Amino acid sequence: MPADLPAGLPAAYLAAGSPSFTDLLRSVAPDLLPGRRPLPPGQAGDLAPHGTTIVAAAYADGVLMAGDRRATMGNMIAQRDIEKVSAADAYSVVGFAGTAGIGMEMIRLFQLELEHYEKIESAILTLDGKANRLASMIRGNLGAAMQGLAVLPLFAGFDLDADAPAGAGRIFSYDVTGGPYEEQYFAGIGSGSLFARGSLKKLWRPAMARADVVRVAVEALYDAADDDSATGGPDLVRKIFPVVMLATAEGTARVSDDEIGQLAEAVVAERTANPV
Amino acid sequence: MSMPFYASAEQIMRDRAEYARKNIMRGRPVVVLKYAEGVLFVAENPQSTLYKVGEIYDRIGFAAVGRYSEYETLRVAGIRLADVRGYSYDRRDVTGRALANAYAQTLNSIFTEQQKPFEVELCVGEVGETPAEDRLYRLLFDGSIFDEPEYVVLGGQGEPIVAALKDGYRADLPLAEALALAIRALGTVGADNGKPRDLSANQLEVAVLDRGRPARKFRRVQGAALSALLPQAAEVAAVPTEGGSIDLDATEDPEEGSPS
Repeated sequence: MPADLPAGLPAAYLAAGSPSFTDLLRSVAPDLLPGRRPLPPGQAGDLAPHGTTIVAAAYADGVLMAGDRRATMGNMIAQRDIEKVSAADAYSVVGFAGTAGIGMEMIRLFQLELEHYEKIESAILTLDGKANRLASMIRGNLGAAMQGLAVLPLFAGFDLDADAPAGAGRIFSYDVTGGPYEEQYFAGIGSGSLFARGSLKKLWRPAMARADVVRVAVEALYDAADDDSATGGPDLVRKIFPVVMLATAEGTARVSDDEIGQLAEAVVAERTANPV
Repeated sequence: MSMPFYASAEQIMRDRAEYARKNIMRGRPVVVLKYAEGVLFVAENPQSTLYKVGEIYDRIGFAAVGRYSEYETLRVAGIRLADVRGYSYDRRDVTGRALANAYAQTLNSIFTEQQKPFEVELCVGEVGETPAEDRLYRLLFDGSIFDEPEYVVLGGQGEPIVAALKDGYRADLPLAEALALAIRALGTVGADNGKPRDLSANQLEVAVLDRGRPARKFRRVQGAALSALLPQAAEVAAVPTEGGSIDLDATEDPEEGSPS
């Protein structure tokens, strides 16, 4: 479709309508929407790489989200440096676990959904509004999920309507039928999340400082990689480290690779001293 | 038998153009100009939420005067066009030129095919990697399109504003000086006795496409950020208006003197 867009503005663009980009695509270019493509019967789960562990944790200034860098296909490592956590907009972050291609497409569409709304309405959606939009996108993928192409997001953001920054970092999880389910304190998704959550349960404290919560997240991902073969640990040889993003009142920011690298080396050194 | 009413095509077009032009002239003007770090939009707009200036895409901004419902329709359509393009290809494949062309085609077909033309005048501004790549496109109600090298004045009685801009414009103006120039230019119309008006922060809608920002270059300058720019803007504006005020005093004196 897009190649032969008429030079002028199509009638659908000039019509009054919803501020949702997904709704717009449904009317002007439905083939660009995930979940709208017919799938042949059968299981397709082994055809595409899978992304794995994502964790999120609230802290004093807002909320953190971190993800490992591995994508696997069966017993093979498909990619070592995939980035599964990204900023959804200026005040929220999103990560995914599951089928990589569908996950990447969903994140891209979700980012555009938020930006499109913001530009048309000249206002930012509330955090709950953003979480609900993501839920409806997950629901649209249910058919593919039943054939093994499931993708699950984890969403977190700084709630601009909150009274104090301490409670402003909020986390939402999903299942294949939608959601959102608001999580308390911290959350994890993906194959290594069981171990990551166990780690967080012991290390996380309310209202942690930035440096502490970043370290806790790196440790949680280390623990996930320790016991789950689909989760990648910090790669000190290739200098590939987890992606860690923060959402605070100042906006979203990615913690630099240098800082994560130093933390990862410290964690590895500590574990080397006590190899259990 | 009655004769059907006849009007020549030329007459119909002239009437439509006259109708649109008259209504656009009544609107408060908007000034768009290139400055050292990008593109500056300054609108005289006392309404704080019904914007005349808006963000279209990463590097593209929009300004309009005329009938609000009509330019709002065009603004939304521009965002839709840009977002669908960017999603189908890549964000860098969305250009101001393509958007301005689409607007020109649409305005032209509305002007020629529909009973009533759109009563709008638009500017599509685009900031590039370097000042040489900054673009300003001015679009009229009939789909005429102009690539303007320095600045664009939309709506209102434009001539005094253009004259003021021509007087003080330089391509490498920093933001505060560019804003001061735009405010001074906007103040030249609607004045009492030819005296320039002082426009305060709450009468202005200001936005920039700032080359230095990451990804999305559009930023509204409002509240504290605008006030912080204004005092400086007033100081810079004071220098050239001093020269102007002598002239004004000279013309006012005889007027004041004549009744006495």
